Amino acid sequence: MRATGAAVEGAAGSRRAEGAAALAIAQARRWYWQRISAMVLAICVLAHLAVILYAVRGGLSAAEILGRTRGNWAFAAFYTVFVVASAVHVPVGIANIAREWAGVGERAGVWLGRAVALLVLAMGLRAVVAVVA
Amino acid sequence: MKAIAGAIRRSDARAHRHASWWAFALHRGSGLALAVFLPLHFWALGQALHGDAALDGFLRFADRPLFKLAEWGLVVLLALHMAGGVRLLLIEFGPWSGLRKDWIAGAAGVAVLAGVAFALALVA
Repeated sequence: MRATGAAVEGAAGSRRAEGAAALAIAQARRWYWQRISAMVLAICVLAHLAVILYAVRGGLSAAEILGRTRGNWAFAAFYTVFVVASAVHVPVGIANIAREWAGVGERAGVWLGRAVALLVLAMGLRAVVAVVA
Repeated sequence: MKAIAGAIRRSDARAHRHASWWAFALHRGSGLALAVFLPLHFWALGQALHGDAALDGFLRFADRPLFKLAEWGLVVLLALHMAGGVRLLLIEFGPWSGLRKDWIAGAAGVAVLAGVAFALALVA
């Protein structure tokens, strides 16, 4: 009886250990993607700040903005990379904040992250198409 | 037990009287603000799908002091989040060691620089 109990306890313990290992791997993977995307974003943001400083001079107008962007495929490629990197980066941070500050669970955090990624990707690519096509 | 440890951590003001904690808080706060702004930014650019006039309509609507102030704040937050993020990347992946507290000041300096540059570009 005692042996069976120990076996059951052992199985539960190993399941807990597996769960903890899976969680640690998931967290490490999120950390990794957040950092890799951050490296891309640091370069994108520097370029974007330069574009902003240039563009706001003398005020913003649709003709001026779209004159620069329409049919500009280098511009489209750059901002597509920017959007994709954001869609990787933003969900990790949002899910972390939700878990740490709003008491959101691990699974719910994963789904929240997926929803945010989809939103950023879809709206971001739509915006790129809107100003380039 | 976990909740109690969390409450103690939260109420420990000494842990918050520290440049590194402020760097963390500002990085998180700026990240959250930028994440909230991003869909609005994309939506605004998406107006171009409905033609030049639609985008112009939005730009005219946004051409008021309160919006300019918000845009200025977002540029500062963007520069702050980027510089703070580069600081983290250098701490985690760079070859340097030690406290590197002055890097926080450096990141704040980048944000100030971006703020001044954007303000100057606005009035130019």
